[in-house]
Amino acid sequence: MGSSSQRAVKTIDLSAVKPDMVENTVYFDFDSFIVKPQFQSLLEAQAKRLKANKAVKIYLSGHTDELGGREYNLALGQKRAEAVKRSLTILGIPESQMEAVSFGKEKPAIPGTTEAAGEKNRRVEISNRD
Amino acid sequence: MKQYFLSPRIKVNRLVLLGLTLLAFMVFPFQSYAQLRVEVSGIGATQLPITISAFKGEEQSPHKISQIIAADLQRSGVFRLVDVSVSGNTVDEGTRPDLQRIRAGGAESLVAGSASRLADGRFDVRARLWDTVKGIDLGAQSIVASHSDLRFAAHRVSDWLYEKLTGEKGVASTRIAYVTKAMNNGSPKYNLWVADADGESAHSALASSEPIISPAWSPSGLSLAYVSFESRKPVVYIHDIAAGKRRVVANFNGSNSAPAWSPDGQNLVVTLSQAGGSQIFSIPSVGGEPKILTKSSSIDTEATYAPDGRTLFFVSDRSGSPQIYRLNLQSGAVERISFSGNYNVSPAVSPDGKKLAFINRTGGAFKLMLQDLVTGSVTSLTDTGADESPSFSANSKQIIYATQILSAGRWQEALMMTTLDGRVKSKLTTPAGDIREPHWGGYQGATLK
Repeated sequence: MGSSSQRAVKTIDLSAVKPDMVENTVYFDFDSFIVKPQFQSLLEAQAKRLKANKAVKIYLSGHTDELGGREYNLALGQKRAEAVKRSLTILGIPESQMEAVSFGKEKPAIPGTTEAAGEKNRRVEISNRD
Repeated sequence: MKQYFLSPRIKVNRLVLLGLTLLAFMVFPFQSYAQLRVEVSGIGATQLPITISAFKGEEQSPHKISQIIAADLQRSGVFRLVDVSVSGNTVDEGTRPDLQRIRAGGAESLVAGSASRLADGRFDVRARLWDTVKGIDLGAQSIVASHSDLRFAAHRVSDWLYEKLTGEKGVASTRIAYVTKAMNNGSPKYNLWVADADGESAHSALASSEPIISPAWSPSGLSLAYVSFESRKPVVYIHDIAAGKRRVVANFNGSNSAPAWSPDGQNLVVTLSQAGGSQIFSIPSVGGEPKILTKSSSIDTEATYAPDGRTLFFVSDRSGSPQIYRLNLQSGAVERISFSGNYNVSPAVSPDGKKLAFINRTGGAFKLMLQDLVTGSVTSLTDTGADESPSFSANSKQIIYATQILSAGRWQEALMMTTLDGRVKSKLTTPAGDIREPHWGGYQGATLK
């Protein structure tokens, strides 16, 4: 006979904390791969929801602005994604819950090569993997 | 050619998608054609004057053989077409033409031929080459081709003429691969195309709502490796063009990109982030475990083999910004190759091993450069400022690259082919949208040693 605590069932509700309820984009300065302090609270909120739902896995998708060679920019976006991954690791999220990938310059948030576009394109997006 | 079509609206879990991709059995029976517009400009340094008379019977055949040949020779940058009217369509490969009259018109060579339909529906293409100066017959070609191979037959005649008159192999019968991006009701649609080197007979090998980059022809000319983002991350595929079948060759943790084939077709070099950062690995082209080739705390990417298979050119920012290096695969020794300015990427080596094409950024302009690998001298080949993705033609005489040109006040993506002196250029554009990521394929069926 098991005790009542062994027969308890604790629910994991994947729909409970939707990814878009938590801010999910970290922006970077020009030529920079450093996660700025202003994004610390965003990362802490992400870490909280990920600890609450250990079955949820995320992509950290790195992006660059539209200037430069496609493959080199893919590698720069990767550098940004891994910087965010390191920040989340420091906040206690296991590597197995995260995959750092890059889109380089292929999916700009704002098309174009102006500085205004660049500001919005140099980013890492945090999204759930299916 | 079979085409793949991928829809983003289907929500499948990644493992299932991977399984479907590995099965690679989703074949759709339709084919898409997109017309490329080709404009040739510039005058070559040495131009052989040649007259190509209308082929007897070509008015009745599906393609004007003489015009295909004329365009092929013009794009090579080595010929100047001389129009000498030949009375009617009476001159063919069997007639002795009035060579003195052709010579007086300015041509040193004359091509005359015929295209006739055989009883079984195929076409018999024949051509003879005359030297109008010496007044002699330099030989003839005869090719039987099906309707769908008629353009290819004309291109093979062009290559025969090119080799007869220059001593070098022509590339009219090679193919190019490239990617287009069109907006479809606000959603992007990407296609990976295979076309003849003249931009005709374009067939889509892959249609996707997610980006496709870095297509790379196998040395056999039968497969393309490329990077697809359909799985929400970059994954490297190898795609058998004729069979319409593809398989994943690199989908390791993180990003997988920048595929390039070894000259014997046995291996690919790829850039993987599975070890952290971006590093270069070698992987058997049939699939298997990757072997790391570079180990640095910097970005190492865009590896490409030298034609002897013994060294790799690649991009690294280990000096603080991206430069081009050469790795000796046997000894592991690395030497720096690029020294102009602080940003050099996208190396491409000519098949004869003598030249390196790459993209240099200076003052915000991204420009195609050509480096002599023996002397080290570097020349600029373009007057555009957004050049990308250079690759050499199979005879090492031309480079294809992507760029942006100002057209009616707007920047338009275009592919360009240029002679190595930058003098003769062919611009390839599509009305459908953006065009980029070209790769020039080799002679089909050839495997290099």
